Amino acid sequence: MAARVQSAPFDLAAELAGFGAGSGAVVTFSGLVRDEGGRLVALEIEHYPGMTEKALSAYGAQAAERFELDDWRIIHRHGRLEVGQPIMMVATAARHRIAAFQAAEYLMDWLKSRAPFWKREIGPEGPGVWVEARTEDEDALSRW
Amino acid sequence: MALDVLYFAWLRERIGQPRERIETEAATVRDLVAELAGMDEWHAHALSDLSAVRVALDQELADLDAPLAGVREVAFFPPMTGG
Repeated sequence: MAARVQSAPFDLAAELAGFGAGSGAVVTFSGLVRDEGGRLVALEIEHYPGMTEKALSAYGAQAAERFELDDWRIIHRHGRLEVGQPIMMVATAARHRIAAFQAAEYLMDWLKSRAPFWKREIGPEGPGVWVEARTEDEDALSRW
Repeated sequence: MALDVLYFAWLRERIGQPRERIETEAATVRDLVAELAGMDEWHAHALSDLSAVRVALDQELADLDAPLAGVREVAFFPPMTGG
């Protein structure tokens, strides 16, 4: 049960070693930097140090209670991330698969709209626009 | 009261600094926004469309009508785009 914010890469295999041992189901999701059809070379990710860690821990604890998770982990990176690199990961462990899947989706929906991260596009010419929030991400929260 | 006011992403860029210390008697976030917007054109521009601004009080999300009594840190930022 841990949330981490870091600029360094993470090793998905290492993060999952032993994760959820004793549970029946482990779901993992990782988000990668898209190239947006070749338009992007990287993303710059800004966050709110202090608040970010608190928010991620709170969302993890909410998911754990609601879906009766045995374990959860959230890692989100900040700084400059090249196309293809992992931005973040969510892992959930529960007795049964539906709870593990749902908890991972729940965490992703909260992360997209309520965790203090902002993405800026970096193209071949340098820094570009800030990525705008999508209404679909906001709407996704209402299903919980 | 003295408040630390923080800005992130394009709000930080438009205002030209990541944080500032403000002496204010504003009762709510909305009052503080009005005060900040009156400081200069950069603040006014950054805070011109409040539908595109989110706020946190002492690192907890809040709304524009939230009271500032007892608050030490106010942060303004665009809608979040994590994940």
